[in-house]
Amino acid sequence: MQPLQNKIAMDWIIRMAWRDSRRSRSRLLLFISSIIIGIAALVAIYSFGHNLQRDIDNQAATLVGADLVLHSNRELTGEARQLIDSIRGLSQGFSEEQSFASMVLFTSNGGTRLVQVRALSEGFPYYGQLETIPETAGTSFRNFRQALVDKTLMLQFDTKVGDSVKIGALTFEIAGQLEQAPGQSGISATVAPAVFIPLKYLPATGLNQKGSRINYDYYFHLKNGMDADAIVANRDSLLETHRMGYDTIASRKEETGRSFSDLNKFLSLVGFVALLLGCIGVAGAIHIYIKEKLNSIAILRCLGASARQAFLIYLVQVLGVGIIGSLIGALLGTLIQQLLPSIFKDFVPVDISNDVSWGAIAQGVGLGVWISVLFALLPLIGIRNIAPLNTLRLSLDAPSPLKDRWSWFVYGLIALFIVVYAYLQLDGMAQTLLFTGGVALAFTMLYMVARLLIWLVKRFFPASWGYLWRQGLSNLFRPNNQTAILVVAIGLGTAFIAMLILVQGMLISRVALSASENQPNMVLFDIQSSQKAEVAQLVSAQGLPVLDEVPIVTVQLEAINGITADDARKDSTIQVSRRALGGELRATYRAVLSDSEKITAGEWAGTAAPGDTARVSLEEDYARRIRVNIGDKLLFNVQGVRIPAIVGSFREVDWNRVQTNFRLIFPVGVIDNAPQFHVLMTRVPNEVESARMQQAMVRQFPNVSIIDLGLILSVLDEILEKIGFVIRFMGGFSILTGFVVLIASVMISKYQRIKESVLLRTMGASKRQILIITGLEYFFLGMIASLTGVFLALGASWALAVFSFEVPFAPDIITILLLMLTVTVLTVFVGLVNSRAITLRPPLEILRKEV
Amino acid sequence: MTIILSIKNVGKTYQSGGKSLTVLQHINFEVEAGSTLSIVGPSGSGKTTLLGLCAGLDRASTGSIVLNGIPLDDLNEDERARVRNQHVGFVFQNFQLLPTLTALENVMVPLELRGQRNSRTTALELLDRVGLANRGHHYPLQLSGGEQQRISIARAFSNSPKILFADEPTGNLDADTSETIEHLLFNLNKEMGTTLILVTHDLDLASRTRRVIRMKGGAVVSDTVVQDNAL
Repeated sequence: MQPLQNKIAMDWIIRMAWRDSRRSRSRLLLFISSIIIGIAALVAIYSFGHNLQRDIDNQAATLVGADLVLHSNRELTGEARQLIDSIRGLSQGFSEEQSFASMVLFTSNGGTRLVQVRALSEGFPYYGQLETIPETAGTSFRNFRQALVDKTLMLQFDTKVGDSVKIGALTFEIAGQLEQAPGQSGISATVAPAVFIPLKYLPATGLNQKGSRINYDYYFHLKNGMDADAIVANRDSLLETHRMGYDTIASRKEETGRSFSDLNKFLSLVGFVALLLGCIGVAGAIHIYIKEKLNSIAILRCLGASARQAFLIYLVQVLGVGIIGSLIGALLGTLIQQLLPSIFKDFVPVDISNDVSWGAIAQGVGLGVWISVLFALLPLIGIRNIAPLNTLRLSLDAPSPLKDRWSWFVYGLIALFIVVYAYLQLDGMAQTLLFTGGVALAFTMLYMVARLLIWLVKRFFPASWGYLWRQGLSNLFRPNNQTAILVVAIGLGTAFIAMLILVQGMLISRVALSASENQPNMVLFDIQSSQKAEVAQLVSAQGLPVLDEVPIVTVQLEAINGITADDARKDSTIQVSRRALGGELRATYRAVLSDSEKITAGEWAGTAAPGDTARVSLEEDYARRIRVNIGDKLLFNVQGVRIPAIVGSFREVDWNRVQTNFRLIFPVGVIDNAPQFHVLMTRVPNEVESARMQQAMVRQFPNVSIIDLGLILSVLDEILEKIGFVIRFMGGFSILTGFVVLIASVMISKYQRIKESVLLRTMGASKRQILIITGLEYFFLGMIASLTGVFLALGASWALAVFSFEVPFAPDIITILLLMLTVTVLTVFVGLVNSRAITLRPPLEILRKEV
Repeated sequence: MTIILSIKNVGKTYQSGGKSLTVLQHINFEVEAGSTLSIVGPSGSGKTTLLGLCAGLDRASTGSIVLNGIPLDDLNEDERARVRNQHVGFVFQNFQLLPTLTALENVMVPLELRGQRNSRTTALELLDRVGLANRGHHYPLQLSGGEQQRISIARAFSNSPKILFADEPTGNLDADTSETIEHLLFNLNKEMGTTLILVTHDLDLASRTRRVIRMKGGAVVSDTVVQDNAL
């Protein structure tokens, strides 16, 4: 006997695949359409990532604005100043900046706000520019008593160029509207909008007094041939001794690239989830397709085709549509990618280009083809077991897929692929397992809830309902139904959106909670000791209560149990926190604890007797981080004076309240005379009172800064809105995939139900009745799917509320119900639109054409 | 005379719902090359099951089947597929044409599976032989039942089989068409020297074969030669 099958060339397989697909090509494309959205998402994200990385590389110099920047949070003197001067000698340009948070007052309308004041000398930026309107203002403002004001502030306070802004004791003319500063993104401008002023006018504002919290930046434009990284490497220990940070173009490039690579990887994973969802849809559709092809396969087997040949014929079909689907996805992704720069512009500090990325397209197409084949393999390997006997009668001997070792091999391959893909994105086994486990858990939970709901419908089937309702409902568990996969697909999309709504609500409510009755909602800080009484008097004069008044002293932790930062550096076996040593802390002193803190270990001594070592209290998480226990000895440096202390107690602090909370508290009698500033808290009843209070304060005490809870809420709302849009955009891919799977599934089941509909029509069912049955089926499907998604979202957000945010779980039920309704209506719409052919044409015409 | 099919003590038992169901037992007979044989019997008597076993479409639970000198019991599914492709032709009651292939392509498939180069020419000659040379580019759905069965016969003879199995070949056709199909089947069979084994309820059709095996309850109840002069 000839080994005939081995001789048959691949071209016959391809020819048979082509022939066999003749009447199914549009359906095959429909199956594969489920992956188009996922591929589109990934190609868009990959292209965005490639472009962003290139843009960061190209624009890295403008991110820093100079070759080298040194940062410090104290004014440099002595050796540190010499360090600056030594580098200055290697530079062709040098510029200084002092920045701090301060209140400003727009004189034209009395508006006040806490802003980031950036006092800048000549020169900076050496790369890029301060983009302003008018354009010249970016350089000219330094020659006069002028300011550049961030565009968000200009808009918020309806101010125009030529108006004035009062900063501290000095009034500046607004020379220009600041559009963009080097390294600044839209989000950073929302959180801390900037006002630039010339450095030479800073002393006259009176804001840079001793004790003020000022950041110092030194910008160097190095001479040609000088290597910024080598310069800082040579001075590394000096920089560490003086606790100075630095940025070079290379380090900023790396740091920015890393942050956005993380973002990109996160987005890729979201896109990947949409793709997985689509692939499950593909596997479901191919499963039904192969079932319908059972007879053709049996005939081929009967005529002498081997199991391998039959398998290859359908594999080639899947491969073909996989390539087409992936190419369509890549094209769509390239189009979507054009939108991404405008969506992400607020988060990214560079101008993003939207060039076509062939690398991303190749990656997307490769992934699409591979994953569509991988998931289609599950139903495809079943072909091997289709007996030729099926030509004579239905074979009774078909083995269960679960007993087929190749099925398990494919399951293993799928799991391995997901793990490897996640690992490549996350670069860590723990995160990979967390992601893979999370995806598996989400899918399993959705599937289980779907099965449970379907079981409940079956178990408590409403037998007394009218025929149309019963028929619509029972369609959910007809043979070959796609209910479970549709519930998973649509449910996951719904869960994404519902989670977003619930978490956004939780974050807002967490902040809003602190605004409840009798709690402070306005914080005044940077109050000098000499101003304390007058500020309190002004608050009272406005008819507002002084709810709390707290001194703040900046201290430095020098040693733990006698071990200094130097000791820890020299001996890596020493078990102390190197980060804590030498770090600055804001501490207070008081006799009585506030009601937002309670002692969890040790004892609180509110007063220290003269000559005694102070027994300080540490916040318990901070104590754990710096690895100290009750009784350990600490040495603090308070503005040059060394103060020893003993850890006397640990405290649990409720950080959720608008209150001055501290990691370190001294008893009264130790640091009472150290340089300090004060914080005062009050409660304003409404926005009008708040504005009046802020204006009065800024006019009389310009150095006092004010945080108003209303401002925090509005900033938070704005940021969440921006992040929410991105999440909605990404979640949209899953929702869309869900609907594409739904459309594909409706089209597949259309072939199954045509005969049934024709039978119903023959027996006298009207178009209306058939439409109602179909509509009800999709209504139930949409309801079950959205309910499943909402269940998952409620469970996950409950866990977040209880274990992470620690807020009462109060979901916005109305919004969630509206979401469920929207998903259900959309499902019914998609289902009806795709089923209308059955009702619009005569039954026999459909039978002839479709079957 | 050469024996083309040898059935020895063949039985078939299915496992269904945890129970054993014996549908064939102790079947013994031999078929001479070039002869014609009918298997008749009431529904459920095991005729089709026996046909499936003889053609290598299924595996016997007991006994042995030797087709054209090849013991089928020793072969795996793919090896049996090769045997079918090289030695066996089929005609089914419901035609079993591949719906997505044209009439011509349906006839070509067994030849292509053998790797035969001139499959198109051979298929066209066979289509001409069954009187459908001008319908080669039609799909099965565009053909009548009789035309589909003629295509099926052309396909069955395309690989010049040693033995042809026909399962109720006229079961789905009207009387006139049945007559045409029977005529075609027996003529081609005679011309090509093929052995013909057919399963039928139609005693008139059975009477056209040389030998008739009657079955009941999964066993052979009679084996008679009805036409001494027939092949």
